[in-house]
Amino acid sequence: MGGITIDATGALLVAAMVAALALSYKPLGDYMYRVVTREHHGTSFSGRVERGVYRAIGVRPSAEQHWSGYARSVLAFSAVSIVVLYLFQRVQGRLPLDNGFAGLEPGLAWNTAVSFTTNTNWQAYSGESAMGILIQASGLAVQNFVSAAVGIAVAVVLVRGFARKATDKLGNFWVDLTRIVLWILLPISFVAAIVLVAGGVVQNLTDFTTTANDQTITGGLVASQEAIKNLGTNGGGYYNANAAHPFENPTTWTNFLIVYLLLVIPFSLPRTFGRIVRDNRQGFAIVSVMGVIALISTALVIGFEKIGAGTVPQAVGAAMEGKEVRFGIPDSGLFAAATTLTSTGSVNSFHDSYTSFGGGVLLLNMMLGEVAPGGVGAGLYGLLVLAVITVFIAGLMVGRTPEYLGKKIGAREIKLASLYFLVTPALLLVGVAASIAVPSNLHAMQEAGPHGLSEMLYAFASASNNNGSAFAGFGANTPWFNTALGLCMMFGRFLPIILVLALAGSLAKQTPVPATAGTFPTHKPLFVGMVVGVTIVLVALTFLPVLALGPVAEGLQ
Amino acid sequence: MARLPRWILQHFVALRALAVLTVVTGIAYPLAVLAVAQLPGLNGKADGSLLTDADGNVVGSSLIGQSYTDNDGEALLAYFQSRPSAAAGEDGDYDPLVSGASNLGPENVVDTLPDPELGWDDDENAAKSLLTQVCERSFQIGEREGVDGSRPYCTDTGVGAVLGVFYSEGTSGEVTRVVSLNEECGTVAAPFLAEYEGVQVECAEYGEDYAAAIITPVRGDAPDEPAVPADAVTASGSGLDPHISPEYAELQAARVAAERGMTVTEVRDLIDEHTSGRFLGFIGQPAVNVVELNLALDAAFPLT
Repeated sequence: MGGITIDATGALLVAAMVAALALSYKPLGDYMYRVVTREHHGTSFSGRVERGVYRAIGVRPSAEQHWSGYARSVLAFSAVSIVVLYLFQRVQGRLPLDNGFAGLEPGLAWNTAVSFTTNTNWQAYSGESAMGILIQASGLAVQNFVSAAVGIAVAVVLVRGFARKATDKLGNFWVDLTRIVLWILLPISFVAAIVLVAGGVVQNLTDFTTTANDQTITGGLVASQEAIKNLGTNGGGYYNANAAHPFENPTTWTNFLIVYLLLVIPFSLPRTFGRIVRDNRQGFAIVSVMGVIALISTALVIGFEKIGAGTVPQAVGAAMEGKEVRFGIPDSGLFAAATTLTSTGSVNSFHDSYTSFGGGVLLLNMMLGEVAPGGVGAGLYGLLVLAVITVFIAGLMVGRTPEYLGKKIGAREIKLASLYFLVTPALLLVGVAASIAVPSNLHAMQEAGPHGLSEMLYAFASASNNNGSAFAGFGANTPWFNTALGLCMMFGRFLPIILVLALAGSLAKQTPVPATAGTFPTHKPLFVGMVVGVTIVLVALTFLPVLALGPVAEGLQ
Repeated sequence: MARLPRWILQHFVALRALAVLTVVTGIAYPLAVLAVAQLPGLNGKADGSLLTDADGNVVGSSLIGQSYTDNDGEALLAYFQSRPSAAAGEDGDYDPLVSGASNLGPENVVDTLPDPELGWDDDENAAKSLLTQVCERSFQIGEREGVDGSRPYCTDTGVGAVLGVFYSEGTSGEVTRVVSLNEECGTVAAPFLAEYEGVQVECAEYGEDYAAAIITPVRGDAPDEPAVPADAVTASGSGLDPHISPEYAELQAARVAAERGMTVTEVRDLIDEHTSGRFLGFIGQPAVNVVELNLALDAAFPLT
């Protein structure tokens, strides 16, 4: 063929993605800033729509909440969401547009309700053979919107904690939720969905079409769901094959668009953060940390897949098992890196069949706590917590009281930040250890040896970090794993949220201290480098031993 | 009426919020997208890019792959063959009701051998490793297209060339015993390798436990770049991949031409017509749409 080689296309692909994200950083970040900070105007179009919503919900938009009140609202909304989605699935058979499917089993319905409400979208069911059009569009896709909005709202509250002074008022959850859904997620999803349809993504009300040669072609409201599932870093596919399915991701350019959608909000939120704290350089420092880690990781995934080490990839001549011809290695690798670096978990290729080291990097991406750039909102608050830990460590080195954005990082703040960091490793490692201790659980591993351990590690990393992708050979549909992974999803989502809100509350109460010559500047490359270092060192210390037994052992065989 | 406690009221607010947002994002939004999607010009795509024959019957979708095999699963030689598919339903593979991947890992190299009395087809506990599946496909395709089907780590009978090596000290020391793990006694004349480190290689006995052996794949002397392309021997992620690589299409061109009495040039022209390049020159990989190509073949050179 000559001309352009596969390595050059991979580099160009990544460069084009970086350029696309860089172009949207400022406009989208500024737009999101205006949405979450504007005053309540009764006369504008958006003001009137919002007022209607607040009246229907029964809240007073001007009533701002204490951090604990905000947390109670988040938890109440999530609890109601879980219950409603559970019941919705149970009674599916009695509703219209059910595609002829009955209600789901209690265990599965519960697991799915938790999974979608926590922005995990771990799928224990197969879309095309369990979920009708109505439940997909009006049950699952709704959670795609609102669970994403909850993540962004919590991040905004933490940023308000830095920006506000001497107050215990941090905003109103119902106002934040409404605005983020109506003015950020909805319009972008609508445009993206139409573009996806133009690429060939399905959007109709037909359940099944049988062809002359007896193939059953599926239909459904796919495009509208595909747009928000990626924009909201949710990841639950309309079909079992997720974004590998030609009806979800038909062309090479829809693939590029989908990767862009799942990265664009997490990478633009630092700009919103910079605007709210009135120092755009701080936002740029945070997005730099995200960008450095993301670029390294993406290059590693594509590189390892391209090298194609391992017995089967060597026999094949390329790591093509579980990948589509139209995407090939670089576009699949970019998607896989993006989906695990955010908390998305949608896939265009199947991670279980990745090379040992390629799959290992995907696992490591999730273990990083998904901060580069992380899920919508969750990535920003995760990285801000790491920034707090970094200034603390820097403060220890020079013997000064650490400050970040003018706020003192005292005992209470660092305790909350440390607890935040400990939640996921605790869930992940304790979960895996407890599971392995029960002999019957070993049957869930599809493969013997290190790859089996990788499968289980991946499952717990995915659930605890609310990612939702899987080494899908792992047989997680057992009472033990449905329960254990369900608990990991719940605690992995709501414990960090409570801790972040508490941190925001304690920061907002402070009066900022003016920066002096001795203040550690948090917008310079030195700080960026330190946050990257702290992130990697913390994660390496926590997870290297178990990684050595899984993907590393497999890859070095 | 007594006022309810605040924490209960909170949940009523939550329920109302969920109801309002469900109406907006779960009903109005998908229907608005549907309304635009069903406009002329977009509706063909929104309905699944369906393909119809001359009589208007739906014969498939240009986005969903199909398998071109007879009732016994044998390839129909007059058609381009799709990739292997893990989406195997009741009526064979490429079943959109069970989309998905094999999910087999890169070191999945040891078969679970069948009970010799039942064989591969009837022993439901038996399972071919990913390596053996790759080797088997490669040899079948090599035979079909008249090229060398050999690959690294494959025996010349088309199974994974994998030894189980026992050492005197467990993982080190002298080699005490060597078993060819994927070659069941009775199914092969002799193991693919006679000796390993001076020890005679045995065939594998059904039901024997070789867990203590070190799994040792043997590279063999097959070329690094086999004649049968990578996409031809691997299953896609969706199981519904409508595409094959241009290399795999080229490999099949001569056979299809011969079966239909066409010239190879005519077939190649049709392949080119149904090949999509990289978007903007660097996004994605060149791919040949097998479904459209086979329909075009039938239209231009109908089978008599």
